[in-house]
Amino acid sequence: MSLETARPRGPHGESAALAFRATEPGRAAGSAAAHERSPTRGRKPRHLTIGRIGLYGFVAIAAAFFILPAVVMILTSLKTMPEIREGSIFALPESFDLTAWIKAWSSACTGLDCDGIRVGFWNSVLITVPSTILSIAAGATLGYALSFWRVKGADILFAVLLLGAFLPYQIFLYPMVRAFSMVGLYNTLFCIVIVHVIFGLPIMTLIFRNFYAGLPVELFNAARVDGGGFFRIFWNVMLPMSTPILIVAAILQITNIWNDFILGLVFAGRENLPMTVQLNNVVNSTYGEREYNLNMAATILTAAVPLLVYFVSGRWFVRGIAAGAVKG
Amino acid sequence: MSQQSATVDKRPSHQRASRMNERQGAGHTPPGRPAGETAGIAEPSVSVRELDIAFGAHKVISGLDLDVSPGEFIVLLGPSGCGKSTLLNAIAGLLDISDGEIWIDGKNVTWAEPKDRGIGMVFQSYALYPRMSVEKNLSFGLRISKLPKAEIDGRVARVAELLQLDGLLKRRPSELSGGQRQRVAIGRALVRNVDVFLFDEPLSNLDAKLRNELRVEIKKLHQRLGNTMIYVTHDQIEAMTLADRIAVMRGGVIQQLGAPKEIYRKPVNRFVASFIGSPSMNFFDGELRGSAEASAGRLPAGPVFQLGGSGAASSVPLARYDFIERAPAQSRAAVFGIRPEHIALGDQPDGHFSAEGKVDLVEAMGADTIVWTSLAGVPLTIRTDGETEIRPGETIRFGFDPASACVFDAGSDLRL
Repeated sequence: MSLETARPRGPHGESAALAFRATEPGRAAGSAAAHERSPTRGRKPRHLTIGRIGLYGFVAIAAAFFILPAVVMILTSLKTMPEIREGSIFALPESFDLTAWIKAWSSACTGLDCDGIRVGFWNSVLITVPSTILSIAAGATLGYALSFWRVKGADILFAVLLLGAFLPYQIFLYPMVRAFSMVGLYNTLFCIVIVHVIFGLPIMTLIFRNFYAGLPVELFNAARVDGGGFFRIFWNVMLPMSTPILIVAAILQITNIWNDFILGLVFAGRENLPMTVQLNNVVNSTYGEREYNLNMAATILTAAVPLLVYFVSGRWFVRGIAAGAVKG
Repeated sequence: MSQQSATVDKRPSHQRASRMNERQGAGHTPPGRPAGETAGIAEPSVSVRELDIAFGAHKVISGLDLDVSPGEFIVLLGPSGCGKSTLLNAIAGLLDISDGEIWIDGKNVTWAEPKDRGIGMVFQSYALYPRMSVEKNLSFGLRISKLPKAEIDGRVARVAELLQLDGLLKRRPSELSGGQRQRVAIGRALVRNVDVFLFDEPLSNLDAKLRNELRVEIKKLHQRLGNTMIYVTHDQIEAMTLADRIAVMRGGVIQQLGAPKEIYRKPVNRFVASFIGSPSMNFFDGELRGSAEASAGRLPAGPVFQLGGSGAASSVPLARYDFIERAPAQSRAAVFGIRPEHIALGDQPDGHFSAEGKVDLVEAMGADTIVWTSLAGVPLTIRTDGETEIRPGETIRFGFDPASACVFDAGSDLRL
């Protein structure tokens, strides 16, 4: 027993300890006994308690809750329709059949057009890229201005912006539709981008303001003594330090905008409907038999972009959540 | 330094630093300074006039005046929250003032941008631009003002040589030690070729050894460049060693403005007396008795300070004490102060105060030893040499020259 508890980790330490014990048996036994008594030394005790089992069980169920639907979706998307009708939803496909994926991408019918979900994909790209860039640019500039430049009424402006972040945006829909049609912008790509920038502004301003509030004001003062103006300090001093928060902001905005449904449906116009809206059209078109494999493939394709963003940048995303910057 | 004292001389003629200073300036020539007052011909390098600064309803500084002569090294000293950094930031133009004027090099810069004031500034946290190399950090301001490249390179090279930064120019600030970072920060102020340098607690973030090294470097730099320097610190050693004049601040008011020696020897009030010196001055509450009331007995004639209780041992003769005005005729409540280093062990010559006390504690500090005893029931520290054999429990004889003491009014805390 004393041998067991006093054994150091690693082969070298072990042999050294054994050699030591061989030369001085009496003292070694004494020290080993002392180690055994000390609760902070030696190997960690391993007990599988009821609590542990419950904990692991809960974790397993929670994981299954998220993984099983994904598995079913992938399996189903790879099956043929007869296979789906006859087999269990968990049954493996007989062969990897990519027809449903190809069809979903290039020839599924969204209403009257049958060009597949790729139209929506490219529309979503066209909406997401400028909206993300513009909303981050606006939020970063505003957050920088609010945290470093003592603008009159800055606190009031910030409070109003925050209020905007917490009001449900459905209440703005109708007034905005009216306003955009009055200036003739309604149902354009420009319109949906502007809408995304406006709705992204509160959260973007909040996270950038919080980030810049954490930077030392002396840095800003030093740049002012050096003669930097508003944009010079922003561009040359602050932005180069903002990489972490820029990544967080980009993740937030890309996933938010890509996943948006209602704004795209209302403001984008028929020509620019984003992928989420197109997916709905594919899935809910009610001609004949429901093509589950195609629906599953189209759904996975639509979710692919945010999924990819999560997988690639999960670490940064968690950091963003930890910064208290998360809404959707 | 002789040049310094000449520029310092003109001060009393138009100094409006504080109420207390005005009071002291009237008819009382501080020691260590030539008596003749020259008229202020040279224009002050930095002049702060009736400055008011308020954050909301909270007035941080009100009605502050300060003139800094060209080439002078002035230290703003005080505890945290005394307004010294606020004053410096106001001079730099980094915060808006409520009222008053700020003049630098004969120009009213009250509402000028920091870059247009002809100042360079060094911050406590270095405030180096983290994503730029040392070279880019140094040249940032010059590049903004679109100087020719040759000029920029020349200035950067000169400053790098002056501060021994040659080998570090390509490094990022994160690759530098604390001392190197602060040297870069000083360099960034130097490349601007300005007349006035502002230091905001530049050594506070460094460890003790580096702090001493850089302090000497800053002193050398000042001797070499001869620029006006305004230096904020709460460290009295930095203040004493660096300053031509120290402005001791409390509560947004300059308590005393004067040469380090003057501040040390003739503090205008009890606050200044206790803030300067380590260990700090010993204070005793008691009564100042006028010469008329001096009790008959063994004591010589003249005013006497009665320490706390009664008895001959606790009466300090003040015949040798240099009162600002005449010694008061009536007795009044007062505070008596004596620095630990002005107390000597052993028997005392005539006219000096002498007493006995039991040693409570002995702190050996290497070069010095601090002996804790008590006088008139109040703890008393004595600074003596490091070789002393005194042990706790012994009874020692000690005393001091009343001329080196300070007597303050009990109500106003002002020096008498």
